[in-house]
Amino acid sequence: MSAAYVRPDFDVVTNWVPQGASVLDLGCGDGELLARLKRERGSIGYGVEIEDSAVLACLNRGLNVLQGNIESGLNLFADGAFDVVILSQTLQATRHTEALVREVLRVGKSAIVTLPNFGHWSVRWQLGVGGRMPVSKRLPYQWYDTPNVHFSTITDFDVFCADKGITVERRVALAGGRAITFLPNVRGETAVFQIRK
Amino acid sequence: MDIATDSVGYVTPQKIAFETPLNFVSGATLPRFDLMVETYGELNASRSNAVLVCHALSGHHHVAGFYKDAPDPSKSEGWWDNLIGPGRPLDTRKFFIIGVNNLGGCHGSTGPGTFNPATDKPFGNEFPIVTVPDWVRTQVQLADHFGIESFAAILGGSLGGMQAMQWAIDFPERVRNVLAIAAAPKLSAENIGFNEVARQAIRTDPDFHDGNFYAHGVVPKRGLRLSRMLGHLTYLSDDLMGEKFGRVLKGEDYQFGFEAEFEVESYLRYQGDKFAGYFDANTYLLMTRALDYFDPARAFDDNLSAAFAKSKAKFFIAAFTSDWRFSPARSKEIVRALLANKHDVSFAEIESVEGHDSFLMPIPQYHALLRSTFEGIKV
Repeated sequence: MSAAYVRPDFDVVTNWVPQGASVLDLGCGDGELLARLKRERGSIGYGVEIEDSAVLACLNRGLNVLQGNIESGLNLFADGAFDVVILSQTLQATRHTEALVREVLRVGKSAIVTLPNFGHWSVRWQLGVGGRMPVSKRLPYQWYDTPNVHFSTITDFDVFCADKGITVERRVALAGGRAITFLPNVRGETAVFQIRK
Repeated sequence: MDIATDSVGYVTPQKIAFETPLNFVSGATLPRFDLMVETYGELNASRSNAVLVCHALSGHHHVAGFYKDAPDPSKSEGWWDNLIGPGRPLDTRKFFIIGVNNLGGCHGSTGPGTFNPATDKPFGNEFPIVTVPDWVRTQVQLADHFGIESFAAILGGSLGGMQAMQWAIDFPERVRNVLAIAAAPKLSAENIGFNEVARQAIRTDPDFHDGNFYAHGVVPKRGLRLSRMLGHLTYLSDDLMGEKFGRVLKGEDYQFGFEAEFEVESYLRYQGDKFAGYFDANTYLLMTRALDYFDPARAFDDNLSAAFAKSKAKFFIAAFTSDWRFSPARSKEIVRALLANKHDVSFAEIESVEGHDSFLMPIPQYHALLRSTFEGIKV
C-alpha cells in the first residue's frame, strides 16, 4: 500500500487504542499507523516488518522497528507483553493464519485486526457475474501477483473466532471511510475487529 | 594521493595518560595507563555530539582516515573508514568521533608489550586479564578527559558491540544511543572453543616463552599465524569462500604434496603471515579472553533483562544473515531482553554474504540504516 493511499481503518484503530497503551504493529509497513499512534495516543510502540525498504522507512520516522517474518513466530515477545497487537491488512497475506492469531493473542492482551472484506458486493459481482478474480482500489492485485493468500469475508472471520473460542469485542465495517451498519458483509470494503482470548 | 571529499583525510593519533591507579575486575591493579586515541570532527560547545567507536578483537584507534607519513599512505586507511566522514553515515560535520585502542592492546595503549618500570621489562604475561567492564571504565575516564558527560552514541561490531552494551548496563546516564552490531550477549561453547584453539596455537609455540618472548628477541609467529587463519575462517561464510576461492588451484594440476596448492590455502597463509607480522601474541590472548568472560547477565542471576533494567539508551541492534559466528539468533537474545524492559530498540537482519566481517562492509541497506539512526540522534 502506498503512503498516499488513504486508510480509513487507521482512524478506527487509532480511536480504539487507549491512551498510553503499549502497541505491537505486525506488518507495520512504512510505519504510518505506528507514527500516528505514537503522536496521537502516546503509544509505546514497536513495529515488525520484513521488507528492507519499510524497515528503513520506519527508522527514518524514528520508530522502533524489528525486522523479521511474523510467520516464523513472535518469540521475541513475552506473554501479554502488549496492551494491543495490531494486524492491519496483514492477516490475509499470511499462510499460517490460525497459528499467527494464536501467537498474537498470546503476546497481546487484545488484538485489532483489519481485513479486506471479500463479501463486498463488487467482489461478488466481479467473480459471480464477470467470472474474474476481483481487482479494486483496496485489492489492487491480479490473481498471479497478489500477496494475499487467505481471503475472508466479515462473516468468515466471525465464524473463525467463534470456532476458536476467540471473543470479538467489537467490529466495524467500513466503506468510503464510513461505518456501515446495514448489510455490512455486502457493503463493507474493510472490516476492523477487536478480539481477545 | 587522492583523498575522497567525504573522507576525514589525514589524521594524527594522540596518546592520553591516566595517572591514577586502575583496579581490574580480576583484583589486579595498574598504577597508571595510557590510551591511544584518534578523533574526527569537532566537539560542540555543549559536548553533546560525541560518539565512541569501540573496536573488536584485532582493531585499534585508527578507525578512519589516512596517515600522511605511512610508507604507503594510500594503504593506511582506518578499519571502518567507509562509515565515517563528512557526508558518510557517521557524519563528522555533526558528530565528534573518538576511536580508542583498548587497554591491553598493541597499538600504543598500555598493554603486554609496554615497558613496566616496576620490573624493568615489558609486562608480558604479568599484564592483568582485562574484561569488557574494565575497558568500559577506562573509556569513562577517556570521556572525562574530553569533558563528555554523555555520549550521543556508542557503537561497535562484535566485541565492540559488547562494550557498547556494557556501557548501557554500567553507565546508563552516560550513553544515549547504543549501536551493537554482529554481537552476542555472551559466547557459546563453540565460540569459546574457537578462542581456545587460537590461544593454544600461540601458547604452544616454542617462541612464546610463556608470554615473555620480548626478552628473547623472538615473536611466536607460527602460533599467531595459526590463530589468525582459524579466526579468519570463522569470520567468513562458506558461500563467500566458495564464491571467492572455490576449489581453484594455483597451478595447473594437483602437485601431490602439502604446499599451498588451493587458492584458499595461500589466502589464509597470507592473512596469517600479515597478522603475525604486526600483532602482539599476548594481546591476542587477552582479547579472546575478554570475549570469553563477557556475560553481563551473570551478575543478575543469568537474567539478561535484569542486566538491562536500568539502561536508558535507545538501541540499534543489527545482525547479518551469513554471520555464523554471532548469528542473528544471538542478536535476537539481546533484543528480547531489551523488549522485556520496554526499551527503545530497533533490530535489523541484513542480507549479506561476507559472514561476521559483514559489519565492516558498506552494504547499502546496512549503511542506510546506520545513516538513518545517526541522523535521528539529537545533539
